[in-house]
Amino acid sequence: MAALELSAVTKIFTMHLQGGLRLPVLRGVSFGVEPGQCIALTGPSGAGKSSILKLIYGNYRCDQGQILVHQGDEIVDIAGASPRQILRVRQRALGYVTQFLRAVPRVSALDIVAEPLVMKSVPRETALARAAAMLRRFNVPERLWSLPPATFSGGEQQRINLARGLLPEHPILLLDEPTASLDANNRAVVVDVVRERKRQGAAIVAIVHDDDVRAAIADIAVDVTHFASAA
Amino acid sequence: MSTANDELPLLVAQGLTKWYGRRLGCRDASFELYEGEVMAVVGESGSGKTTLLQLLSAQVEPSAGQILYRMRDGSTADLWSMSEPMRRFLFRTDWGYVHQDPKLGLRMGVSAGGNVGERLMAVGDRNYGAIRAAAADWLGRVEIPESRIDDTPRTYSGGMRQRLQIARNLVTAPRLIFMDEPTGGLDVSVQARLLDLLRRIVSEMRIAAIVVTHDLAVARLLSNRIMVMKDGKVIEHGLTDQVLDDPHEPYTQLLVSSILPA
Repeated sequence: MAALELSAVTKIFTMHLQGGLRLPVLRGVSFGVEPGQCIALTGPSGAGKSSILKLIYGNYRCDQGQILVHQGDEIVDIAGASPRQILRVRQRALGYVTQFLRAVPRVSALDIVAEPLVMKSVPRETALARAAAMLRRFNVPERLWSLPPATFSGGEQQRINLARGLLPEHPILLLDEPTASLDANNRAVVVDVVRERKRQGAAIVAIVHDDDVRAAIADIAVDVTHFASAA
Repeated sequence: MSTANDELPLLVAQGLTKWYGRRLGCRDASFELYEGEVMAVVGESGSGKTTLLQLLSAQVEPSAGQILYRMRDGSTADLWSMSEPMRRFLFRTDWGYVHQDPKLGLRMGVSAGGNVGERLMAVGDRNYGAIRAAAADWLGRVEIPESRIDDTPRTYSGGMRQRLQIARNLVTAPRLIFMDEPTGGLDVSVQARLLDLLRRIVSEMRIAAIVVTHDLAVARLLSNRIMVMKDGKVIEHGLTDQVLDDPHEPYTQLLVSSILPA
């Protein structure tokens, strides 16, 4: 049974500041992801790949269709869920890793990485220890752990974001260009962790431009061009 | 706390409306707030944000609608059906109210320790040593040096006053806290410190909060949910990141697109 199932998902932006211009982005997006499977979304930029991830995460509102998240016996349709339900699904089941870290002023790198575990009620000490192990794995120098990442380099920030997003072992993972701006060493770490999550049964939807990385993690490619609304 | 109780909202607003004579303050606001949730109310000045906050915190009686609150014993009470002393007791113990201007929320002539201790005395604490220790602990948590415990807030900077106001409000471990532009009028660096503090304390204590702000960045950082108000009405609500990243109403789109990039 699929862990995540999209059926006939449609997204249209209405731009009220441009005289109510309607911008159809996606139409009839349908696919499912099994536990342990990784689907790569492909297509040229602007085709709506990131929008699909945002719809699944509940960051964009879904106009039509269903986005079903299976958690044990419980099924939540993100397209029609209340904010409270979406927050709970995110906390328990949905990981979303983008290229960009939204750093909070004054919060240390270690705490940023540990936070999703703390939110899942993992004891603080355990969460910090696991966060430290993950940062080490991503080759983030220990002297940076206690600092807020606002001043870190782009690559360092991205690795902290990856550590944060990949740490909680969510049953569903959404990856938006996880390896952009990483060196070969760290790309290999990402591949390693993602494979590990797959073996643990995570269902993964990924956008990866790097052909080698995509070949290393993805089982199926879904070409988003099919869903792009004809403009 | 049983799980069954967790499933019940802490606060329910139904059709809250306030007319000031013939002028509308707030119309037909309805929502539910659960334990540990932080809701932001955004909109420009005059949109009814502060009226809504005053209605919710029972400082202003609604012209129509009701507010239901789940008490600590699990029972649900209608705020305007309970006695005035009961409402005031709730306000002093189970709720906190952080004013934009700390002078309104503090006693400026009383020491910092006294400001924090006073709330404890209001709930019946009488042991001076315990009260002082609790006050010192809370000053530490809001990053005010203990050496300043006997100084009055008159001698404090704006940021310190605001942090003291927060300590005063949180010392009784309230379940719900109202904040009216808590970072308004502070320097950006001072703001960041206060936001980080609020965010941490609210999530550690699992306090529900309603934060009125005109600053969308503050809303994004602090809140899970957001309500957008215009002309006294709630025109859009939902998850904070959803409303800010995919706004549907023309006014919300205008608000979001009016943010200056840093």
